[in-house]
Amino acid sequence: MSLNSIRTLGHKGLSFFQRLGRGSILLVNIVLGIPALLPRVRLLIQQTYSVGVLSLLIIFVSGLFVGMVLGLQGYNTLVKFGAEESLGVVVALSLVRELGPVVSGLLFAGRAGSALTAEIGLMKATEQLSAMEMMAIDPVRRVLAPRFLAGLISMPLLAAIFSAVGVLGGYFVGVGLLGVDEGAYWSQIQANVDYHDDILNGVIKSIVFGTVITWIAVFEGYDAIPTSEGVSRATTRTVVHSSLAVLGLDFILTALMFGES
Amino acid sequence: MADDSDILVKVRDLHFERGDRMIFDGVDLDIPRGKITAIMGPSGTGKTTMLRLIGGQLRPSSGTVHVEGQHIAGLGHGALYQIRKRMGMLFQNGALLTDMNVFENVAFPLREHTELSNDMIRDLVLMKLHAVGLRGARELMPSELSGGMARRVALARAIALDPMIMMYDEPFTGQDPISMGVLVKLIRELNDALGLTSIIVSHDIAETCSIADYIYLLSNGKVVGHGTAEELGNSSSEWAQQFLNGYSDGPVPFHYQAKDYLADLMDGADQRAQSNGSSGVAS
Ligand SMILES: Nc1ncnc2c1ncn2[C@@H]1O[C@H](COP(=O)(O)OP(=O)(O)OP(=O)(O)O)[C@@H](O)[C@H]1O
Ligand SMILES: [Mg+2]
Repeated sequence: MSLNSIRTLGHKGLSFFQRLGRGSILLVNIVLGIPALLPRVRLLIQQTYSVGVLSLLIIFVSGLFVGMVLGLQGYNTLVKFGAEESLGVVVALSLVRELGPVVSGLLFAGRAGSALTAEIGLMKATEQLSAMEMMAIDPVRRVLAPRFLAGLISMPLLAAIFSAVGVLGGYFVGVGLLGVDEGAYWSQIQANVDYHDDILNGVIKSIVFGTVITWIAVFEGYDAIPTSEGVSRATTRTVVHSSLAVLGLDFILTALMFGES
Repeated sequence: MADDSDILVKVRDLHFERGDRMIFDGVDLDIPRGKITAIMGPSGTGKTTMLRLIGGQLRPSSGTVHVEGQHIAGLGHGALYQIRKRMGMLFQNGALLTDMNVFENVAFPLREHTELSNDMIRDLVLMKLHAVGLRGARELMPSELSGGMARRVALARAIALDPMIMMYDEPFTGQDPISMGVLVKLIRELNDALGLTSIIVSHDIAETCSIADYIYLLSNGKVVGHGTAEELGNSSSEWAQQFLNGYSDGPVPFHYQAKDYLADLMDGADQRAQSNGSSGVAS
């Protein structure tokens, strides 16, 4: 009984490392394919459209609501200390440092990551990838690399849009509804949000999340068992694994970036 | 046997397994240059697998596949892709790219591998589509095609780069008598006019025999007969006679390997009896 569970554990562990190995090899191959991609602007634009632009709406709406909630909650707390002038900083820092990259990462995993896995998995199941190989066109370079690069480009932009819209949402609630001074809202943000410490670190986070999410999505699709069930499982795994990866990495990155200060 | 330079694809002592199941158990094949060679055999014997081994998508467990003197399993990524540029393969289900229309599908290999101008590409694509009778369908998406039409578009795509070897996986399945006739003629013409070497995998005995210069019969992981259509027809080999005439009785098994039918049915009865018995005890 216990021997069996140890065996299962060992088996799971081994297969995890096997997948990690396959995934890493794939990542290397994808990255090697990127230089050849740069002259093919159209391919890249197409993929950036379906990965990034189509995620805009959900990012926009979520950013607005998260910012509005921040405005409301922040005001209620700050007003107790008579510090409601600082609402702008609270909203902006929460968004730029944490919520922007993390929440848009989670949304990106659900919206774009799952779509990538399903698309690539289905191409595999219907032998489209095989057919490309036989036409001497490497699917890793033609199909995976542009999607990966598109994810890499889109994610930091989406996170930035999320934060910007969020700050506006906080402004509508704070200044528009609750009567915080407009000048204070903006000038506090300007004075207290540091380019290097806050914005750059947030951008680095979103780049890391974008890389990991798209890597997982692309790998799961490429590695999927080529059946309807296999593809559906792979899609679920993409969302679960990349969401967990985002949250875990966020802790590690936060500790590294903001731990000492 | 012809001398070596006339053999384009040479398979020697090929073994291949899927899990525990032996698919090929020592297969030797010679595909002569410029000829149409057919590989026939019952469903599930590994005909598609053979094409994938020749194309380098699968690796043999032992034995070798040589194409134009090059050892396929030993080639690096670059060299393998180089030689694949000169192989065309028609997939059993077409395998068209679903996010592009018919025209773009046929243009795809041209756009990827050549620097031709759009006008040139257009002319070439229309020529290939015309040859398979689908020039008028160029705007359709793959989801709007019937199975037989999709297969013909895939054929147009496979010949877009004017390959040296064409591999057809079941080209005749799902074709009506008219397009079947056109396809048979087309395969012959492509082969003779362009100096191609063709490999056809098929169950359609009449059509295949009518165009194949040489036929290999596969069954149970081995070559069980080879020769021209005439030779096979006249041969006394039980395998050949059974397959060409479609008898269900003979050395070629119709069933996927399984235990004895009666024993299998009895097993079920035993299990039912057992579970009835045990549930009876429990209640
Ligand atoms: N991905 C796979 N995993 C495991 N076994 C497989 C796989 N693909 C094929 N097989 C097995 O390999 C055998 C040969 O398959 P293959 O597709 O080559 O047959 P085939 O001769 O082309 O049959 P058909 O005429 O029906 O197309 C089959 O018995 C099948 O069970
Ligand atoms: Mg087959």
